[in-house]
Amino acid sequence: MNSLIAQLINLFASVMLIVTFAMLSQRRILTLIHLFTLHGLAVVGATTVVAYITHQHHLYYSAGITLVLKVILIPVLLHKLIDRLNVRWDVETLINIPTLMLVGILLVVFAFNLALPIAELSTSVARSTLGIALACVLLSFMMMITRAKAVAQVIGFLAMENALFLAATSATSGMPMVVELGIALDVLVGILILGVFMFQIREQFDSLDIRHLENLKDD
Amino acid sequence: MPTEAGHLLAIDGVLIVIALWLAIGAAGIAALHRFTLISQVLFPLGGLAGLALAAIAFCGLLAGPQVAILPIGLPTLPFHLRLDSLSAYFLIVLGSAGAGISLFAAGYFRRGEGTAPGLLCLQYHLFLASMALVLLADDAYAFMVAWETMALSSFFLVTTNHRVAEIRRAGYLYLLIAHIGAIAILLCFGVLQANSGDYTFANMRQQTPDAFWASAAFLLALLGFGAKAGMVPLHVWLPEAHPAAPSPVSAMMSGIMLKTAIYGLLRISFDLLQVQLWWWGVAMLALGLVTAILGVAFATVQTDMKRLLAYSSIENIGLLLVGMGLGLLFKAYGMATLAALALTATLYHVLGHAFFKSLLFVGTGAVLHATGERNLGRLGGLLRYMPWVGWLVLLGVFAGSGLPPLSGFVAEWLLLQSFLFSPGLPDPFLNMLIPLIAAAIALVAALAGYAMVKFFGIIFLGQPREEKLAQAHDGGLWEKAGMLWLAGGCLLLGLLPNFVIQLIDPVTRLLVQYGYATSASQHGAWLLVPMSVDRASYGPLYFLLGVTAFSLLLYWLVRKLYSAQLRRADPWDCGYPFQTPRMQDTAEGLGQPIRVIFTPFFRITRHEPSPFDREPKYSLLLEDHFWYWLYLPIARLIGWIARQVGRLQQGRIAIYLLYSFLTLLFMLFLVKR
Amino acid sequence: MSATGVISQLLAICIALLGAPLLMGWVNQWRAWLQNRSGPGLLQPYRALHKLLHKEAVVAHGASPLFLASPYVVFSCMALSCAIIPTLSTDLPLSPVADAIALVGLFAVARVFISLAALDIGTAFGSLGARREMLIGFLAEPALLMVLFTASLISQSTSLTSIVENLAHREFAIYPSLAFAGIAFTFVSFAENARVPVDNPATHLELTMIHEALILEYSGRHLALIEWAAAIKLFAYSCIGIALFFPWGIAEADAPLALLAALPIQAVKLALGGFLLALIETVSAKMRIFRVPEFLASAFLLAVIGMLVHFLLGA
Repeated sequence: MNSLIAQLINLFASVMLIVTFAMLSQRRILTLIHLFTLHGLAVVGATTVVAYITHQHHLYYSAGITLVLKVILIPVLLHKLIDRLNVRWDVETLINIPTLMLVGILLVVFAFNLALPIAELSTSVARSTLGIALACVLLSFMMMITRAKAVAQVIGFLAMENALFLAATSATSGMPMVVELGIALDVLVGILILGVFMFQIREQFDSLDIRHLENLKDD
Repeated sequence: MPTEAGHLLAIDGVLIVIALWLAIGAAGIAALHRFTLISQVLFPLGGLAGLALAAIAFCGLLAGPQVAILPIGLPTLPFHLRLDSLSAYFLIVLGSAGAGISLFAAGYFRRGEGTAPGLLCLQYHLFLASMALVLLADDAYAFMVAWETMALSSFFLVTTNHRVAEIRRAGYLYLLIAHIGAIAILLCFGVLQANSGDYTFANMRQQTPDAFWASAAFLLALLGFGAKAGMVPLHVWLPEAHPAAPSPVSAMMSGIMLKTAIYGLLRISFDLLQVQLWWWGVAMLALGLVTAILGVAFATVQTDMKRLLAYSSIENIGLLLVGMGLGLLFKAYGMATLAALALTATLYHVLGHAFFKSLLFVGTGAVLHATGERNLGRLGGLLRYMPWVGWLVLLGVFAGSGLPPLSGFVAEWLLLQSFLFSPGLPDPFLNMLIPLIAAAIALVAALAGYAMVKFFGIIFLGQPREEKLAQAHDGGLWEKAGMLWLAGGCLLLGLLPNFVIQLIDPVTRLLVQYGYATSASQHGAWLLVPMSVDRASYGPLYFLLGVTAFSLLLYWLVRKLYSAQLRRADPWDCGYPFQTPRMQDTAEGLGQPIRVIFTPFFRITRHEPSPFDREPKYSLLLEDHFWYWLYLPIARLIGWIARQVGRLQQGRIAIYLLYSFLTLLFMLFLVKR
Repeated sequence: MSATGVISQLLAICIALLGAPLLMGWVNQWRAWLQNRSGPGLLQPYRALHKLLHKEAVVAHGASPLFLASPYVVFSCMALSCAIIPTLSTDLPLSPVADAIALVGLFAVARVFISLAALDIGTAFGSLGARREMLIGFLAEPALLMVLFTASLISQSTSLTSIVENLAHREFAIYPSLAFAGIAFTFVSFAENARVPVDNPATHLELTMIHEALILEYSGRHLALIEWAAAIKLFAYSCIGIALFFPWGIAEADAPLALLAALPIQAVKLALGGFLLALIETVSAKMRIFRVPEFLASAFLLAVIGMLVHFLLGA
């Protein structure tokens, strides 16, 4: 029975990878936020299972924090944000999507290979998901790079944070509680700052397209 | 093994066939302008000789290695010849596919086209003989002589219509790349003999070069034979030379000559080199994959039928390289069974491709003769006027698309099986790359189907795009015979996989010490089972019987139970009554989705008319990036060097004398040291 | 070859041939209900086929024998595919004839025939349909192959019956790689069966149709056979999906009772699958034709990632 539960971790991690890919290829902002919610849920699921198997109570707490923050609070904030900014349009990508996916595959191969030796050193139950977590980090990073609109970049940033969280859980059964709380606070503050930032961009340029920022540099 | 008195060995038989071909060539010269004699007698005779060669080689395949020494060439350097299973297998390919092409050629060549018929006959049979000699050669000297003869005779065949500037240019490009390849091969042999001064293959097998020199030899071989095979980035001559050559020659070059390069690679990397490094396999896999993808993407967007086939040949060479690379990889890791599976797939495809590509090329020849058109945009509907050619080509198209139950599919099936069984390589990184490559292979196979449907659909189906096409005539008797032989080969190779694997078994036993003959037929001759029936199996004959029997039963049932009435009317086409042939998709149109998807592969120059043009014109030019990225810079560099060297030429005798004098002084200085 | 083997083989073919229109009717009925229409009833496909079979076939003047033979060949290909897919039982004497790769090849044969037939008449719509069909095919085919490969890697076999036996009988375990493969397979089946995000089976709007453009020139019994073959294809794909991802309940060799039980189980699974299909079709919108390569590329890549995940997690 325990092995089946351990396999659940892999399942959650895989769901996360699928969702990350879906986010990478998604054009609509609203769907992107829904996907991000799902992303958060997968992390919560994985963390809870690890907590259950290893009987580490602090992991339950961090799962709880993630649930409140990433699955409920931040998506609600983001929804409000796009309502206020009135940005329900399609997100442009800087590179066409099939190419993006192809690069994504290569990143996955790279991440998996990077993780294999590390995973062998680790003794955690969830060590095999390290590769997936790493792949998600890289993919989210790429999403930030290739999106033209600030909202999508923020979501990419949050997804990366999720993935890092999973990586920490899978490699070392979670970070100390203090660190986790700190990160949670950081993310929240980051969102607020980025929200303000987005309003500023829009007021300045009448658009959320970050390519306008290029105009700011002196020639 | 010396020749026993009074008993002819298989190798002697092969030599007799080679002599026969040379004699036919000589007879062609003797009867330089007697067209009927050459076409009705000499070419069919050459075809029969090919059949005999296939039969003899079949005996030689099972007989084990035989050697012979021909006392020709330089006094102390006789030709060493050897017939082992690898040579024998490729001789079977040469003989059997060559026979069909020769039969077709008997009806193909026409009076008054470029080269005189007798000369053409000589070049053609010299080409055949030199290919056979390449496969027999057992020392570098004989190999290079045969190899160069092959290159030259095929060059002359390519430039049969030498009055056309474009064809001369294509021939020049072909000769140039062939020679770059030849130099690399020569250097490779130089490395392989490892300063022992003995250029026989037997000596090379005994050398144990260290990793560096072995890799150098391998890379030189890859470069040299890759240039002949059309491996990217040395593929540019293929789409130029194949359309330029007369169709039987294109068929011969694409179907058989490219395979001699595959033979060379197999000979050197599996037989002559005693060690294999894993990264050779990876390099070959990568190059093969790039070749296959590029080839097939270009094939789908071509508008010239022979160029389309030429690119399809590049794709198939890519697949062969992938198979060989996989075999090398497995052999380097000591996994003989898997290496044998990958090589079985490769060798299967060598034979299958020889037949279907020859069939398709001679098919385009028949179309070319009947219509005078090579441009797909001016063809169409020919199935009605040339039913023989059309239906036979359809078989080739099915084989080329890798559809069951024809020959292309078996090779693809075996290759995918060897990919599937590959997990277990000691390197995790490779283990992960393997499925990616398998995925790419699946993509290439599917795209090849696209290209083939386009090829057949545009030429043979739909409405004729030009009025003159209604006068197209079907192929002549010889042409039909040649095509029938080749099409029959495609079908039988697809239906009898176990028989072909019996042929391949000795070859893989020679190369990797494992063969699949017994395990493949463990469940009877009609079911192909590489490992065990639980794991994978494929029964093409049952497959064909099932579909055919069910179709016939259905046909009978539907007509019996329901109506059998049939009424002919104008096409419906959503009720639009003014259909013209110009409204069908053009070759560009059918290739358009692929062009859009693979845009980065092509260098596209497109001119779109504006709505206000009185005479709107649309033009689209798709070129190869490699021309601009690789060839033109090199050409410019060489031009620049040549100009610098040209400065030496002053035109004054005194200065030339000065050069000689300075050279003399320099030499003397060297001697003094 | 045992008697039960022969029986289950015949049963598999008969059920596929006869049940396929019912599945089609079921999906259409649910689509209608979900769209607040009353729907034509479950048996409508049978009525349509019956009507078409009785009608006189009208064929264009220039049509070649290829055009006339294609419906029969396509139908036979689909029938043969149903003979090797373990619908009710894995005890299929015909299954060694073609494994998973050959199954994909079989679908490809059908696709090439129907595309060539569409090109044969030489109308604008026919060639347009052929082009689009081949476009979808060349992307969907490798994706399907990769899906099947993921399953074969887990069960160390490409024979469909062995895959199903293996997946159904090993200790229950979660295969994340199969999750990827499952999503990819769903995408592929939508594309291959001309369902909504890719093609609309109900539309005859010229510029968007794919499947309909291909078969525009067919009528009477030929059209009936092609429509029937399309229904069988949907049935075959559903059965592949069930066999790969929900294999429980499929009978094995020499188990006549299990064979009896397999029928209702399979019927329930298919009904559920048909309902889900109708649901997804109802809530999604058809995409532009040049978004389709993107959609299928995602399927292909997901399947490939599934294989990669299999290597990473060993499951």
